[in-house]
Amino acid sequence: MSTRTIVPFGPQHPVLPEPIHLDLVLEDEKVVDAVPKIGYIHRGLEKLVEKRDFNDYVYVIERTCGICSFMHGMGYVEAVERIFDAEIPDRAKYLRTIWAEMSRIHSHLLWLGLLADGFGFEALFYQCWRMRERVLDMFEESTGGRVIFSVNKIGGVLKDMPADMLARFVNNFNEMEKELRELTNVFLTDFSVETRLRGVGILTRDEAIDLGAAGPMMRASDIAIDTRKLGYAAYEDIDFDIITSKDCDSYARCEVRIGEIFQSIDIIRQAVSKIPDTEISIQIKGNPNGEAFARMEQPRGEAIYYVRGNGTKFLERARVRTPTFTNLTPMLKTLKGADLADVPLLVLTIDPCISCTER
Amino acid sequence: MAKVAKSPWLLHYDGSSCNGCDIEVLACLTPVYDVERFGVINTGNPKHADILLITGGINSQNKPVVEQLYSQMPSPKVVVAVGICACNGGVFKECYNILGGVDKVLPVDIYVPGCAARPNAIIDGVVKAVALLEEKRAKMDSEGGNNK
Repeated sequence: MSTRTIVPFGPQHPVLPEPIHLDLVLEDEKVVDAVPKIGYIHRGLEKLVEKRDFNDYVYVIERTCGICSFMHGMGYVEAVERIFDAEIPDRAKYLRTIWAEMSRIHSHLLWLGLLADGFGFEALFYQCWRMRERVLDMFEESTGGRVIFSVNKIGGVLKDMPADMLARFVNNFNEMEKELRELTNVFLTDFSVETRLRGVGILTRDEAIDLGAAGPMMRASDIAIDTRKLGYAAYEDIDFDIITSKDCDSYARCEVRIGEIFQSIDIIRQAVSKIPDTEISIQIKGNPNGEAFARMEQPRGEAIYYVRGNGTKFLERARVRTPTFTNLTPMLKTLKGADLADVPLLVLTIDPCISCTER
Repeated sequence: MAKVAKSPWLLHYDGSSCNGCDIEVLACLTPVYDVERFGVINTGNPKHADILLITGGINSQNKPVVEQLYSQMPSPKVVVAVGICACNGGVFKECYNILGGVDKVLPVDIYVPGCAARPNAIIDGVVKAVALLEEKRAKMDSEGGNNK
């Protein structure tokens, strides 16, 4: 047996946009164990619920993470709306669905870019991020913000999208779809890319269940669970299949996420064709008293929101369980037995969002 | 050293932010905004870097990391605080774990406000940082060379 060496990875590392620390235990070039240390981005955001009233807290919880910011806001407001037993207008539900799916497209494109950067394909990274900017332009036009846009409020949404804008967006996505096919084919068919992804980071179906994988990480291990099927927002009116893969490796994770980009475009098309013409918000009076859960399918997997009110304007507790946190243990599993040179890639395949994890 | 303003190398670190600003920093490097036209190159090595971009209000665990990165950078160096959290703590100012701004830990030269800071603003900050870098270098020269 060769001697063991411990190599620190992070918190500051070129491949990581966010800090996380891993102690990699190596035997020669093989990783035999990985010990994570988190907490570099812990802000104590959940505690802030005691200092901000429940309406203002929407702006805090949206800043849990800058990538799936919209969905964090959406999860929280849905949970609070459940305490009030409020039925929000249909148009607001559809608008939320459209923005959520746009967020998924932008998040998956961002991830594909980072993955390309991770395996050293710089041109592909730039192409993915160029496409992503077109989604951000649409965000900016419809909400005013590029990454954090605060359009959720308790009882609906703050901004409406007029019919001509929606039609134009669908048109944009139709155009993007053609370009995206070309772009994503590189990930799926390029020989060098395949050698980096195929058979790397295997997480079997049983391991995924035991370790509690979430989102695309889980679906790439052939488990068909998608929280959108629970029918929050307008998803119950929308027809879509859960995308899974049987390969259980990094290639499968890439394949699932690429499939979800096109699926999201299709969901946006359906939502725009069905969107009803109603109000976009209702007024909610009083303070929340009671507790409620909301579950949501984020780009990275299932997120759970819990809120408890005590009849005052300050909530007693707000809690988020984020997908990256549950995906950390499967990630450590895939690291064991991997080559040291594959570690950055494997860390990226779970689509880590450390800000969400640590809050 | 005289050519440093022509190609400043940039180090980016997430000092406890929500990563909204971090993806905007990355967006600056990609084709639409493309800071490479100013000669700016993103590096992962603090010893190669001239400009340190920090996002977020810094928590207690991150403080030694940030100090470490700063001390490893060669002089002259410029610190740019990106986003309102890095400027003064922003929305997280009252959080128990947040020190409240990069300037509580490091001497900050340039503040780029915004939540999240827009790429245009970040580029403006970097361009100002380059000018300041040149100024600092000239000062070092007049004080007896850059051997410090």
